[in-house]
Amino acid sequence: MSRRLPQIVCLLFGLIMFTLYFLDHPTAKQINTLILVDYWQIIFAFTLVVGVISFIRNHVTAISRGNDRLYRLLSLFGVVLMPILALIWGIKGDSPFMWVFENVQVPLQSTVFSLLAFFVASAAFRGFHARSGPAAVLLIAAFLTILSRSSLEGLLPDFIPDIAVWVRNNPSMAARRAILIGIGLGSLTTSLRVILGIERTWLGGEK
Amino acid sequence: MAISTITAGLLTLAILSFLYRDNPIYKVAESLLVGVSIGYFLVITWSTTLMDLLFIPLFSEHKISLVIPFILGLLMFGRFFKGTSHISRIAIAVLIGSGAGAAIPAMLNARTLQQISATIQPILLESGWLDISAIVVIAGVLSTLAYFYFSREHTGSFGWVAKGGTYFLMAFCGTTFGYTVMSRMSTFIGRMEFLLSDFLHLTQ
Repeated sequence: MSRRLPQIVCLLFGLIMFTLYFLDHPTAKQINTLILVDYWQIIFAFTLVVGVISFIRNHVTAISRGNDRLYRLLSLFGVVLMPILALIWGIKGDSPFMWVFENVQVPLQSTVFSLLAFFVASAAFRGFHARSGPAAVLLIAAFLTILSRSSLEGLLPDFIPDIAVWVRNNPSMAARRAILIGIGLGSLTTSLRVILGIERTWLGGEK
Repeated sequence: MAISTITAGLLTLAILSFLYRDNPIYKVAESLLVGVSIGYFLVITWSTTLMDLLFIPLFSEHKISLVIPFILGLLMFGRFFKGTSHISRIAIAVLIGSGAGAAIPAMLNARTLQQISATIQPILLESGWLDISAIVVIAGVLSTLAYFYFSREHTGSFGWVAKGGTYFLMAFCGTTFGYTVMSRMSTFIGRMEFLLSDFLHLTQ
């Protein structure tokens, strides 16, 4: 029963949402929005809370065992600090909560993001060798895109950015479309398998 | 110098220290980022979702329809106890089932039918010339689909078509790579500008 009931709920909600797509009645649209927007967001919010509790439990256990104590304590400090700041001073524009967001989280996040430029560039330097036809196409397409998006654009002959735009809008777009068609068909079959109970991995391994 | 600039500058340098090698200063900044990000999303989710969409409408405006997601959300906490961990599957079933049901027509329309219709364009222009770009797109879509068709062996003429698909895929990967590098570079330039002008005052 612990597996049968969720499967029945899954089938019911799947059929309801599938049917609602084809109904233009205002009530049908309301139910559609209620489930896809409100229900989803609320359940996701609860799952986030469950995730945070698991994160805290996992870190407290690891700290008590003495594994990476300093780093884990810092992570826990961050998790606890933000709700405390929000509780005391609120989350408006000039609150301490927003100060931490703007001066701690944003710089850290954007620097981590920018750090990947070096690793992507070094991986490209090692891996980009025009040993075959497709590898040469990869190299040329990447080189053209980088050149056309760089500040060198003004110094380059006009046809280079034009070629880069053509490559993006035609051969590159063609492959992207084929991938999207594949994703669409894959999602369709996976959704059908889930609703019909053929695909049950989402139920987990427990009985 | 403002304390906010000093904080942001030191944390930026701490993350950049990873370029030398993995070190304790980087790990401190990384751990802080993990904690602060989780705390931030927890507060924002509490405020914009749980308060605005659930607790205020349910308890102040008596919107009874929200009792269902409230109970489903509470079922998620069953995961913390061994005997009740299976009840969280009901909430997951609602998410999975409704997502799958909504995805069938939506994905078929947006991902498949619209992409096919955008591909099938006239190949002869009003001037009487062939539209090379339209031909390239049709050839690219068909050959890339052939490349991903694994129910038939890639040999003979089908193999040649599939081989052609790899060229289009490489063009796609190349442009995507180029855009990724440039977006990361522009963020890096932003951080460098902040470090050199606001934090270190080396440039104006």
